[in-house]
Amino acid sequence: MARAVPRLIAPLIDRQAVPPTVLRALWSYWRRNPIQLAALLAGLAIATALWSGVQALNAEARASYDRAAATVGGGAPRLVDPQGGRIDESVWAALRRAGWPVSPFLEGTVEIGGESYRLVGVDPLSLPANENLDLTGAPGDDGDGDGQDGDGDGFSRFILPPFATLAAPGTIDALGGPDVTPGTDDGLVLPRLEARMTLAEGLLVVDIGVAQRVLGAEGALSALLLGDRAAPRTPLAETAGAGLDRVEPEAPADLERLTASFHMNLTAFGLLSFLVGLFIVHAAIGLAFEQRRGLFRTLRAMGVSARDLAAALLLEIVTVAIVAGAVGLIGGWLLAAALMPDIAVTLEGLYGADVPGSLALRPAWWAAGLAMALAGALAAGAQSLWRAYRLPVLTAAAPQAWAEAQDRWLRRQGIAAAALALAAVLLPVLLDGLVAGFATLGALVLAAALALPLLAAAALRFAERLAAPGLARWFWADTRQQLSGLTLALMALLLALSVNIGVGTMVESFRTTFTGWIGDRLAADAYYRAETPEEAARLAAWLETRPEVQAILPNYNADTRIDAWPVEVYGFADDPLYRRNWPLLAQSDGAWDALGASTGIMISEQMSYRLDLDLGDGLVLPGTVGSRPLEVVAIYADYGNPAGQVRIAADLLHDLFPDVERLRFGLRVEDGATPALVAAMRTEFGLGLERLRDQESLEALSLAIFNRTFVVTGALNTLTLAVAGVALLTSLVTLSSMRLPSLAPVWATGLTRARLGGLELLKMLCLALVTAAAAVPVGLAIAWLLVSVINVEAFGWRLPLHLFPLDWARLGLLALATAALASALPVWRLSRMAPARLIAVFAAAR
Amino acid sequence: MRTLLALLMMMPGLAAAQGYAGLGSAVEEGYAQVERGRAITFPQDHLPHPDFRIEWWYVTANLLGADGQDYGLQWTLFRSALAPASADETREGWSSRQFWMAHAAVTSAETHRSAERFARGGVGQAGVEGAPFRAWLDDWRFESLEGGADAPFAPLRLTARAEDFAYSLTLTTAAPPVLQGEAGFSVKSERGQASHYYAQPFFELEGEIEIDGERVAVTGRAWMDREWSTQPLTADQTGWDWFALRPEDDVALMVYRLRHEDGDDYVTGNWATPDGRSEPLAPGTIEIVPIGWTDIDDRRVPTEWRIAVPSRGIEITTRPVNAQSWMDTSFSYWEGPVRFEGSHSGLGYLEMTGY
Repeated sequence: MARAVPRLIAPLIDRQAVPPTVLRALWSYWRRNPIQLAALLAGLAIATALWSGVQALNAEARASYDRAAATVGGGAPRLVDPQGGRIDESVWAALRRAGWPVSPFLEGTVEIGGESYRLVGVDPLSLPANENLDLTGAPGDDGDGDGQDGDGDGFSRFILPPFATLAAPGTIDALGGPDVTPGTDDGLVLPRLEARMTLAEGLLVVDIGVAQRVLGAEGALSALLLGDRAAPRTPLAETAGAGLDRVEPEAPADLERLTASFHMNLTAFGLLSFLVGLFIVHAAIGLAFEQRRGLFRTLRAMGVSARDLAAALLLEIVTVAIVAGAVGLIGGWLLAAALMPDIAVTLEGLYGADVPGSLALRPAWWAAGLAMALAGALAAGAQSLWRAYRLPVLTAAAPQAWAEAQDRWLRRQGIAAAALALAAVLLPVLLDGLVAGFATLGALVLAAALALPLLAAAALRFAERLAAPGLARWFWADTRQQLSGLTLALMALLLALSVNIGVGTMVESFRTTFTGWIGDRLAADAYYRAETPEEAARLAAWLETRPEVQAILPNYNADTRIDAWPVEVYGFADDPLYRRNWPLLAQSDGAWDALGASTGIMISEQMSYRLDLDLGDGLVLPGTVGSRPLEVVAIYADYGNPAGQVRIAADLLHDLFPDVERLRFGLRVEDGATPALVAAMRTEFGLGLERLRDQESLEALSLAIFNRTFVVTGALNTLTLAVAGVALLTSLVTLSSMRLPSLAPVWATGLTRARLGGLELLKMLCLALVTAAAAVPVGLAIAWLLVSVINVEAFGWRLPLHLFPLDWARLGLLALATAALASALPVWRLSRMAPARLIAVFAAAR
Repeated sequence: MRTLLALLMMMPGLAAAQGYAGLGSAVEEGYAQVERGRAITFPQDHLPHPDFRIEWWYVTANLLGADGQDYGLQWTLFRSALAPASADETREGWSSRQFWMAHAAVTSAETHRSAERFARGGVGQAGVEGAPFRAWLDDWRFESLEGGADAPFAPLRLTARAEDFAYSLTLTTAAPPVLQGEAGFSVKSERGQASHYYAQPFFELEGEIEIDGERVAVTGRAWMDREWSTQPLTADQTGWDWFALRPEDDVALMVYRLRHEDGDDYVTGNWATPDGRSEPLAPGTIEIVPIGWTDIDDRRVPTEWRIAVPSRGIEITTRPVNAQSWMDTSFSYWEGPVRFEGSHSGLGYLEMTGY
């Protein structure tokens, strides 16, 4: 093929070489078969749309990580008062004049309608770039009633009277809708509300001056955010007088890695969807080739060279690819734009990545998408092209020949399937790593697709043998005979279904595991973080006077490195709460006692994979003063954490890391007393939403996040099934005319056209059922590969696989519905076909 | 004529609807208006005129390094009132309607470095104060060196520091400021748009510049422009090409071309000497013609020019020290040092906007 390409392309350059009549003759086929052309274009367009849509989403999300931050003011290191007090704003101005890239930040809590909201004041002019506060105007409308974007008016509205209050859409709904100026319970009025997708719920962002007024803190700041610009040579203390403490941001900055899991799933989804689409293209081009075999032979007999013929076909494929690719790119962009807000919120909630809810167009994306469509179309059409080039002029152009060729093709396919299946089994054994994981996934999917026709043929042969002679046996035999023409469409359906089952199982498993885990893991009733040790001491003293507080549990950690890998070291207080609830994947006998006695250590699953540690192994834990050899007594899940984590007795933590900042604690509270306690703590200490959370609201938050994820996967699932539906429709429409010679004799024996149509429909449903049944094990294998091989390789944690048989049943029904929908047109045509056409079959020899 | 357009980003709402950068817009209601015959007095007029919409303190310099290389330098502070003053509102502290933007750049034959900073007024991050004179945004400063309430304007120190460049220089002069146009009333179009405009083109300077940590001692000449207005452009003016040239040691020649949509450009200038004499060059008596272009990203920028002022015997061609002197700031434009030859030879600065 490679050597033939230059010779194929040469005539394209010299337009005289391909006679226009040849092109006209070839195109006339598509004019007569518009549905087939539409299917070809639609298949390629949908495939390109799915692929490029997913790519656009990923690119957009990745591009924004550079500017991403946990929440407004949470992504940057900050300077705070060591006593936890407020900072005079003149300190900020003095630091600016000394060249320090600091931005003023004020936070507090406001009560509106009895609910607490976290109010944050910022100065957009000096806000560090990675805070990425969206001031370009509300999405879609700038509030002037014309429905147009604000052209950056958002900036002036934010910093100038009458100002604006930015909040997440959900928060705005809770406050009475956009354009409302909410009044606090203290009688102060906040500026007009404006929606921002990227903000966390319960957070209100205003200009720093507004925040000072509403919080009654004129001239005062809670912190200075440090920008990423290099700090000047002047030492901090020289400018800031008494000095400020530098506090590192809460969330690790390694967002790319954290969100990688999400992106990888989307990419895999996009790629598999594209493959499904290519099956359609292959089928459509292949069928068009077979049906034009006679035409080709005539053209060759008339003196058109093989080269010219192949060149004309190449031109045809390239044209189709460009048209369908362009349409697909637009579709992909629309798809991405529609899903973007959900993805943005998903990523924001899941990982704190701040992804804008809008989409930018990247030229590289357009080029890549079009190239993908072109490459896909050429790959799908290569075989037909080659066959046209090598077409023997004198071979009879009979469909029977094609069917026989298909039989040979089937045998070869069986061999290929077996080889791929073997590879899928051997690859994980022979190779390690992410690439091997993906290669296995690819081999498995292709093997399953290639094996499907064999499996279906075997099943049908079996049914045929059981069937009574007569109509029933004819039904099964005819279904089997029809199989070769439907192979590719059924493969597409199989892929769509198994990808659905695989990704669905993975997402559901993730949700089940994660929500259960987070419920156990957040064993304490409430959590808080003090800004300074002094505040922590005051909080502890206050909490000890409260009768409902049963225990104050340390929840702070020191950082160390093991094999150059960052590891968080947490201390456990000896509390029955942990023994009862803390989820462990594996534990030795007496694990909790060993931990309490400072001889045992519990390690995260990531640690156990990365350092190859198991129960009973020794681990030397390096502290800031000395190190301690400990025995691994338990392994626990720590989903989503890119760093390693270990847990030791709190006393041991204090011994090894005497300087550890003791600011974060959990609380065990009497049943039912948590809400009142949290409210009292807020009143007493003004702890913002970020710093004080009750367990219930944390769990609700994580559930809300997963529901967003479902919207995205659900949309992609539906579209993949639609692709398979188009594939089936194409094949059936094409087959319906070719199959007249087989149907006409049955009709002649007395079967009505309606009955024939009904049988055709039944056939399709049988095939869909066989495919759906085959899709379940393939889908589970995909899910297993995703959660147990690829996830472990990529992120170091394994998800337990949960099974959801009801989802399979739902998908099976969907597959039947898809098949029924795809057969509707051909069946309807058959049942309405003029008897003359059926009779004509006996008159006209093909 | 200086980078008024830079204020585009500070008045984003105006930009889309009301002509080029809002500078030709009719939103001047409530702002002070430029008046013919208003006397310019010092040191008061070194200080801000907050009731006008826009204002700037603009310094460019041609430098010769101890390494024998030519360098250029820019330090600019823009003030912009985002809303007119109104009696019923107190606008202090964070609510100040004054916004500040600073641009700094260093140019050599090999590289052009630029940076920008933003601030609002009222909270000490940026401003201009007198007695002694002090203009600043963060640690970028332009300030009189001598202290005391009646300290002279010059000598001054000029400093800026960005990620990959920095400079610190001392500026001295004995010459009085040059009033541009009619005693400081500078007309920008035949329809009467104007600004108050004076300059100090006769600074001598010395100090140090730093690029990527490499320090070079420099000496040279600086040119300061001061301009304030409320509506200096008409809606159909699309940009300008502005030259500050020193054809002789004791001559400062400023010429510019304001480009109109219909191609009917407004070309004018000024001829000044250190003894305080300043003579406007009438529209129609100057020729400014582009003769060479440079591709910068997807822009085509005229970087070589022929300039003729027949009444003064000027017939020169200018070439950039670095043709890629593009200010990659929020509002971007071309600004850099140039050399010229012909009837006269020497150094100067070129600024071009709207490309």
